[in-house]
Amino acid sequence: MKRIGVFICHCGVNIKDTVDVELLTEQLENYPGVVHIENYMFMCSDPGQNQIKAAIEENKLDGVVIAACSPTLHESTFQNVIEEMGINKYQLEIANIREQCSWVHNDKEEATRKANLIIKTALEKLRLNESLSPVSSPMTKRVMVIGGGIAGIQAALDIADGGYEVLLVEKKPSIGGHMIQLSETFPTLDCSQCILTPKMVQLAKHKNIKLYVNSEVEKVEGFVGNFTAKINRKPQYVNPDICTMCGDCIDNCPVVVPSEYDEGLSWRKAIYVPFPQAIPATFTIDTENCLGFDPIACGECRKACKPEAINYDKKPETFEEKIGAIILATGYDLYPVEKMAEYGYGKFPDVLNGLQFERILSATGPTGGKMLRPSDGKIPKEIVFIQCSGSRDPERHNSYCSKICCMYSLKHAKLYKHKVHDGQPYIFYIDIRSGGKRYEEFIQQAVSEDGVIYIRGKVAKIYKEDDKMIVHGMDTLTGKKIEIKADLVVLAQSMIPSEGVNKLIQNLKLSTDEHGFLNEAHPKLRPLESIQSGFYLTGAAQGPKDIPDSVAQASGAAAKVLALMSQQEIYHEPIIAWVDEEKCSGCGICISTCPYGARALNFDGIAEVNEVLCEGCGACISACPSSASQQRNLTDDQINNMIDIILQDNLENSLEKEDMI
Amino acid sequence: MFYKLNNKAIKNSLSEQVQEISAQNVFDCYQCGNCSSGCPVVDYMDISPNQVMRLAQFGAIQEILDSETIWICSTCLQCSSRCPKGIDVSKVMEAFRAINLRKRFSKVEPNKTQIQNIKETPPILLVSAMRKMTG
Repeated sequence: MKRIGVFICHCGVNIKDTVDVELLTEQLENYPGVVHIENYMFMCSDPGQNQIKAAIEENKLDGVVIAACSPTLHESTFQNVIEEMGINKYQLEIANIREQCSWVHNDKEEATRKANLIIKTALEKLRLNESLSPVSSPMTKRVMVIGGGIAGIQAALDIADGGYEVLLVEKKPSIGGHMIQLSETFPTLDCSQCILTPKMVQLAKHKNIKLYVNSEVEKVEGFVGNFTAKINRKPQYVNPDICTMCGDCIDNCPVVVPSEYDEGLSWRKAIYVPFPQAIPATFTIDTENCLGFDPIACGECRKACKPEAINYDKKPETFEEKIGAIILATGYDLYPVEKMAEYGYGKFPDVLNGLQFERILSATGPTGGKMLRPSDGKIPKEIVFIQCSGSRDPERHNSYCSKICCMYSLKHAKLYKHKVHDGQPYIFYIDIRSGGKRYEEFIQQAVSEDGVIYIRGKVAKIYKEDDKMIVHGMDTLTGKKIEIKADLVVLAQSMIPSEGVNKLIQNLKLSTDEHGFLNEAHPKLRPLESIQSGFYLTGAAQGPKDIPDSVAQASGAAAKVLALMSQQEIYHEPIIAWVDEEKCSGCGICISTCPYGARALNFDGIAEVNEVLCEGCGACISACPSSASQQRNLTDDQINNMIDIILQDNLENSLEKEDMI
Repeated sequence: MFYKLNNKAIKNSLSEQVQEISAQNVFDCYQCGNCSSGCPVVDYMDISPNQVMRLAQFGAIQEILDSETIWICSTCLQCSSRCPKGIDVSKVMEAFRAINLRKRFSKVEPNKTQIQNIKETPPILLVSAMRKMTG
């Protein structure tokens, strides 16, 4: 029989006040197998740990039960303690008498009885625990970054600089994301393209980075350190090695469609470069709109192309890549403005969303950087900015705050004043959120000096009168109903997770919050990684974020990945399923039940477990009709013994009560 | 009734006059309300001091000139000492009174006031009322 030591923690007063630790010690002293028992104020403290070590040495213990807080807090602390003393760490059991007992009960007598039972069940489990060693597997030292916006670019560069190979997968024809569309960035007003394009060029030239544009990740199989990703790339009709970027194809293309880069405010051809600084610098054919696939209908660009770089017969390609870790930088989209019926977007050309206004402000935009409104090309003299459009509206739109709109609306107003000195910007707001370095000063300065007028209230409706947009709102500070005849209205739309990410997330089995933003493993202490090991989060995919925060998170995630990559092998928890071959009938139920694809039938028709893929969820064990599937250290025998102990106590208790009657 | 806000309404000559007389930038105010919550006579005012600042930002100067508030203000300087943005609110109030007084319009006339009332009036209030007369 195992020589077991029991250590009961007071946790200051957290446990001691509700559970009679001295009584517990007395009660369990003579329990079968217990050769040592003691209680102490803080078992997790250094003196507490030393007491455990001394007891192990003195009593030659080969199993330890710690009655304390939840195992999520200190299981690894105590595992390290017993490992130091030469005991296998799976010979430790934590009896959670804090979260599951003292914190949730008031009655000291009953709580003590419950704590007693919790410790006894832990003892029963420990009695049959095997000594295990972790499963190891090799580490693939390559990383995949999904999304080529600022977050993805920063993460890819940091990891590549660390010396590991990076694959950057981007859905669009060029990297750059939304940041490349912006004019200037708050609060320093430095030009977005000027600070981003050097990074893009650096990335394209980096010897450790492989770029997949026009590509999407179809699926990812495997586990941390050993993923296999399937990447689909759209046909590369224009050969980037031959293309000289002369632009003859564009001049001859007869198809005109709205430009995505200019948010529909200008036009592009079916063969195009997304924007002047696009990386990779080559032309892309838009499959949906090009007529050239029907040789009778068109083919003008091929005829015009002197170096003969265009080939319509190219097929989509699929790549299989082995990687060790994945960074998700899938970014954001704006909440569809069409849903804001009261603001008349789509009906009135002079109602724009934030990104469209960025394009109007931008030197590479549809107006060449001139402040002109879309409907008639006049200079707008009065502009209304509406904040929280689609945000902080749990009834009809999104309940969350999109975080960046306060700052970018003000930046818009300020840049507008820089271009139109006699213009008047108004910003309708509910609250101003300027938490960030130099953000508050940026706002105060614009209000005091640039004459930006803030009006506290939400706009109720917008309608058109002649060539003016009539905006009806409320200033709750004065209680006045406000009417403004504006030339232009800009809506600070809510941020939502990037379109099409849902499918990817489902494929990768990642968890998201109710809005579709990726969930971090812990909201405070593990903000950079997903709960699924090997997946890391950056940028707006995890929640609304501005550029500094996205870059910080990207570099943080890159550091996490570099730490992972520096390991030669990946160790996997050995608490997993195994099969009793004598009992297995080969029915295959476990194979269909396993969510990780870890089960298969071998040549003898017996189910086996892939130890590296198995996460130890236990689904196959409960599904197995012949009890052939078992979980290590959580066998049926162990669980039955634990239940017996509780039932036995209940029986004794009810007999006592009958006696009293 | 909608209050029609526009470029001309905000930047009118009266508004500029107020800012010139007071030497204060009314657009500095971010509407925390510290001036009103500290004001000892705010209960007797028809527009609170923070609302005066807000209306001044909108250029609604006439509304303030017609109010009781500027005459009830005793120039105790509580608001000025409390303002986190360093605006001398009492100077702004004084500017409104000055504009009215220059048009030979005043609320407080000591020669027509009952001696009993003057006796009951706190001296500080009387002093500031007299000061108002000097424009």
